[in-house]
Amino acid sequence: MNDERNLLPYWLSAPGTLAMLAFVALPLVLTLGLSLYPFVPGTGVGEGLTATHYLDIARDEYFHTIFARTFGMALLVTAICVLIGVPEAYVLSRLSPRWRAASMVVVLGPLLISVVVRTLGWALLLGNEGVINKALLALGLISEPIKMMFTFTGVVVALVHVLVPFMVLAVWASLQKLDAATEQAAASLGAGPPTVLARIVFPQVIPGVLSGGLIVFALAASAFATPAIIGGRRLKVVPTTIYDEFLGNLNWPLGAALAAVLLVIVLAVSLGANRFVERRWKQVFQ
Amino acid sequence: MAFLELDGLVKRYGDFTAVAECSLSVAQGEFVCLLGPSGCGKTTTLQMVAGFTAPTQGRIVLDGRDITAVKPNQRGLGIVFQSYALFPHMTVANNVAFGLEMKGVPADKRRRQVAETLELVHLAPFAARYPKELSGGQRQRVALARALVIQPPVLLLDEPMGALDAKLREDMQIELRALQRRVGITTIMVTHDQGEAMTLADRVVLMNKGRIEQLGRPFEMYEQPNGRFSSTFLGKANVFEGVCEGGGVRVGELPLPCEVGAAAGSIDYIVRPEKLAFANGSALVRGRVEARVFLGNHWLFQVATPLGTMQLTEANAGLPAVAEGDEVGLTWRAEHVRVVPRGA
Ligand SMILES: Nc1ncnc2c1ncn2[C@@H]1O[C@H](COP(=O)(O)OP(=O)(O)OP(=O)(O)O)[C@@H](O)[C@H]1O
Ligand SMILES: [Mg+2]
Repeated sequence: MNDERNLLPYWLSAPGTLAMLAFVALPLVLTLGLSLYPFVPGTGVGEGLTATHYLDIARDEYFHTIFARTFGMALLVTAICVLIGVPEAYVLSRLSPRWRAASMVVVLGPLLISVVVRTLGWALLLGNEGVINKALLALGLISEPIKMMFTFTGVVVALVHVLVPFMVLAVWASLQKLDAATEQAAASLGAGPPTVLARIVFPQVIPGVLSGGLIVFALAASAFATPAIIGGRRLKVVPTTIYDEFLGNLNWPLGAALAAVLLVIVLAVSLGANRFVERRWKQVFQ
Repeated sequence: MAFLELDGLVKRYGDFTAVAECSLSVAQGEFVCLLGPSGCGKTTTLQMVAGFTAPTQGRIVLDGRDITAVKPNQRGLGIVFQSYALFPHMTVANNVAFGLEMKGVPADKRRRQVAETLELVHLAPFAARYPKELSGGQRQRVALARALVIQPPVLLLDEPMGALDAKLREDMQIELRALQRRVGITTIMVTHDQGEAMTLADRVVLMNKGRIEQLGRPFEMYEQPNGRFSSTFLGKANVFEGVCEGGGVRVGELPLPCEVGAAAGSIDYIVRPEKLAFANGSALVRGRVEARVFLGNHWLFQVATPLGTMQLTEANAGLPAVAEGDEVGLTWRAEHVRVVPRGA
């Protein structure tokens, strides 16, 4: 009787656990395994085990540039999402209920549209023949188009647009727990609105900023569609490189090794940031 | 001119009037309590003084300056919130220092003032703690220190004892009173606890449904309630509807004693339970004891009389002779009766 009851939770969670193992853990293990095989041009995956792909990644300038670009981009996108998302969530939480509902739809609506579609929209805006350049040219503000497609800036702009709703959602959840009286208290002590936001509100929503930041960082570092469309061939990031190795060069083991390194760095940065933030602001975590 | 003047403050939310015509003059150094039942507009009034709620009508004048349109962060008032609203991410010392920092007080002076203020509220050993590492009473004192350290002209408190248990509440009341006297700060406190208002206030402002019902020193107000609401909200009272004609008062058919001078018409006849006594001989009314309750320092009797149920309290001097079910006579003296015109 007692045994049966103790087993029930396991039975109930078994389908989820199995699905997790089958669709997440297994492919990961397979990818990791794949990355250790040698690459034989022409045939593809060779025999025996080797660390040569990892050594290549560690030594080759080409990969260094790509990794630096990817994580620089992810960090920049995360920082901009914090700068935009926190005030945005704050403003949203202060709107009257009717306006809040409407604004929520505007903020979260983009999530209902495919990333590819949204990114193509940015391509239309950012191109040399795009809306922005045409408008600026027509206004006489510039004499020749500003290059925005296939640039770092272009990718960052598009990624921020794609990812900022995640930040808003996470910070929004934190703001719900905020005691509005602390803002009034700060105001009564002479703090103006910017000071209240920076010194009172922001520190208290750190947990939301952290979880939002982790989501945005991980998604930005592993984003494929946006860098592929806006960045193109010339502005490679790790995910697009992996794609090229797998489907262009048919070098599956190298692609798998790149994927493994990407995963490890994202995990390490996320865990490190998590630990650091939770220590630094431990008073606001519970 | 009073130090703080609320001049005809009105607050409406759409059709609903939360505060109707609140006028009040507060002298420098005075401790005023806004007392009233839930929803009567106490917090709204306080928030208008603090600047967080804009009055629909009326003016607020502080020390001769009209501050009605001044932003809360420019008013410089000290506020203690019901939830204390301490900054959870800052230590006690930093919480208290925040206001000084906003004023641009240099760091070393700031540290000294913070230390002094923490000393004042007996929290010096807790300076490095975070709010959630403190007890309710300690948190409240941090909130008080944080408000006092900026040396505000007026201290506003919204139910500061609301979150404390009964014993601590009593201690804190006495401490707050002593502190307020020592600092000499003009204080407005909101409470719905009549005992608290009487303990602390120089003057009580009794509010009901957005209006000031009565205003006065606690003792005067207790002794001379101006109607049914005042008499029953501040302490207990026996209140009967009667009429006054030819200088005498009748409740139903029964003539009852009162001092001369009441105007003719319908009246409320008010007498406090502790002013009633059991009578052996000439009783004003007779009745049967329905209940006898021991309340520590006194006994409460409920007596069913032809006038209605009356309450009588008697100081506790051993087990009373009167028991439940006894037939008793009740008496009281004319000078202890309040006769107030009704519906005025
Ligand atoms: N923002 C608002 N919109 C509409 N009505 C409000 C608003 N704020 C307060 N009220 C109403 O105004 C009235 C007075 O509220 P207030 O908070 O001043 O009461 P209170 O006397 O402080 O009561 P309590 O003792 O319960 O705190 C209440 O009936 C309340 O419902
Ligand atoms: Mg209130």
